[in-house]
Amino acid sequence: MSWLNKLLPPKIKRSEAPRKSVPEGLWSKCPSCEAVLYMTDLEQNASVCPKCNHHNRINARTRLDMLLDPEGRFEIGSEVMPVDPLKFKDSRRYSDRLNQATEDTGEGDALVVLQGSINTVPVVVACFEFEFLGGSMGSVVGERFVRGVHAALEQRLPFICITATGGARMQEGLFSLMQMAKTTAALTRLSKKKLPFISVLTDPTMGGVSASFAFMGDVVIAEPGALIGFAGPRVIEQTVREKLPQGFQRAEFLLEKGAVDMIVDRREMPGRIAALLTLLQRQPALVAAS
Amino acid sequence: MKPIFLDFEQPIAELEQKIEQLRFVQDDSAVDISEEISRLEAKSQALQKDLYAKLSPWQVALVARHPQRPYTLDYVQHMFTDFEELHGDRSFADDHAIVGGLARFNGQSCMVIGHQKGRDTKEKIFRNFGMPRPEGYRKALRLMKLAEKFGVPVFTFVDTPGAYPGIDAEERGQSEAIGHNLYVMAELKVPIISTVIGEGGSGGALAIAVCDQLLMMQYSTYSVISPEGCASILWKSAEKAVEAAEVMGITAARLKTLGLIDKIVNEPAGGAHRDHRATANSLKRALSEALRQLSDFTPSQLVDRRLERVMAYGKFKEIALED
Repeated sequence: MSWLNKLLPPKIKRSEAPRKSVPEGLWSKCPSCEAVLYMTDLEQNASVCPKCNHHNRINARTRLDMLLDPEGRFEIGSEVMPVDPLKFKDSRRYSDRLNQATEDTGEGDALVVLQGSINTVPVVVACFEFEFLGGSMGSVVGERFVRGVHAALEQRLPFICITATGGARMQEGLFSLMQMAKTTAALTRLSKKKLPFISVLTDPTMGGVSASFAFMGDVVIAEPGALIGFAGPRVIEQTVREKLPQGFQRAEFLLEKGAVDMIVDRREMPGRIAALLTLLQRQPALVAAS
Repeated sequence: MKPIFLDFEQPIAELEQKIEQLRFVQDDSAVDISEEISRLEAKSQALQKDLYAKLSPWQVALVARHPQRPYTLDYVQHMFTDFEELHGDRSFADDHAIVGGLARFNGQSCMVIGHQKGRDTKEKIFRNFGMPRPEGYRKALRLMKLAEKFGVPVFTFVDTPGAYPGIDAEERGQSEAIGHNLYVMAELKVPIISTVIGEGGSGGALAIAVCDQLLMMQYSTYSVISPEGCASILWKSAEKAVEAAEVMGITAARLKTLGLIDKIVNEPAGGAHRDHRATANSLKRALSEALRQLSDFTPSQLVDRRLERVMAYGKFKEIALED
């Protein structure tokens, strides 16, 4: 900007070009460092704050898009859809909540499974949609997970699961609890065939999902800052009646306690997973894409 | 043991108190009131039968948590012989909220594993209210592997409000401990027979209950979250627990209808806490039958059947996809 422009009063400046209206959601404030960020910049940076590295939650399709090569993808298990086995009703009917969640997210349930490749390494990837009823695991999540594992078994592919969930889905009662056994049991087959299972824990990974297959990965990866644990912080605080230590149940805390293998920045995730898969499957190293 | 009456059992409590008073009077009375006493006793029993015939799910939950209900070690005493308790997870500690050990069942070697609650305040604290920490689950896992090594069947007894939600439990990997148990139980090469004897509280219960046969005592509960927990999340008020218990489907009868459990074991009139021995006897008959049914399978048949069984859990629909 020249010195002349600086001298011009703002009024005159405004008259030159009509003020463009600022659309809603063009800017975003980082929940961690409070930096005001241009939304497009944030999205292009995998929703990671360029200032403080805070990993914002992202939806399942966006994540899968970032992880998988664009060609040769297809979806597994989307034919499996939820029912309301208990005719569950709290302040709202479960069936109404399901419809609302589908309307809000465009998903049929809280797990999206795709077959494809990561940096040319073929895989099956299951990814939780946290926006769908808190990414909770009910019958459909369990069944889609198992169908994903079966696809991996049939084609001898590694299986990856990316979690973002509050735990088991209360509205399906004991059916949800049994999904813990179901998903975990499916992995025993994968293991028998010596096919890798990589578990990626993102913010948040809690309750029944955390306490079933999530820690059964041959390699367990966490995203920076992700909240990961069995019981929620509020429940623990009420039980032990003391303040929780700083950083409790965060990815870095888990790494320190020996619960996860590594913390990987979201932007490096495809490369790191592909590298791990080739190592586990005794394949030659990938040549870096030009 | 002097009986403890739950709130909804107050009418029985009053009758029983009256009977007690009459007995006291009878001792130094010239008039024979024994007829009156037996009449009242009959009335009390009828009332109890009536009350227990139509318990609400919430009332069942209260019976399942009754402080005089038989716990794992009570059943061990009545159903097994030669119990040798085995302690510790070999890496951190011995968790008193889970007990386990070798024993004989009808003379045959077996492994027993179960949650253990305490009866008085001191013992409750010692047992951490039946809420295991990771080392408890890891002890259970060690005992299951031991059972597998020596080819003996595993009996598990479920009775926990849930896995302990504490700082130390999280630090030592509560999630991993539970998940690892689910994984290993899915492919354990010996029969596993699980019985919910009291509270089946969520993942902390399932962590010793992936099995070939799942039994529930008549007044036990099994649920994904406690009614109070469910109420405080979905209704934003723990006082709605009664309603939550209703919709969640936590009782043996409801779960049997839903096809989630194999067998309900009847309890004596007024609940298991009224007669430990009779309760243990009927459970023992059911367990003998369950074990007999499983004894013909080879180890790999057992694992295949269990996997198939676990894979069948869930209710969903399949839609035709548009291309």
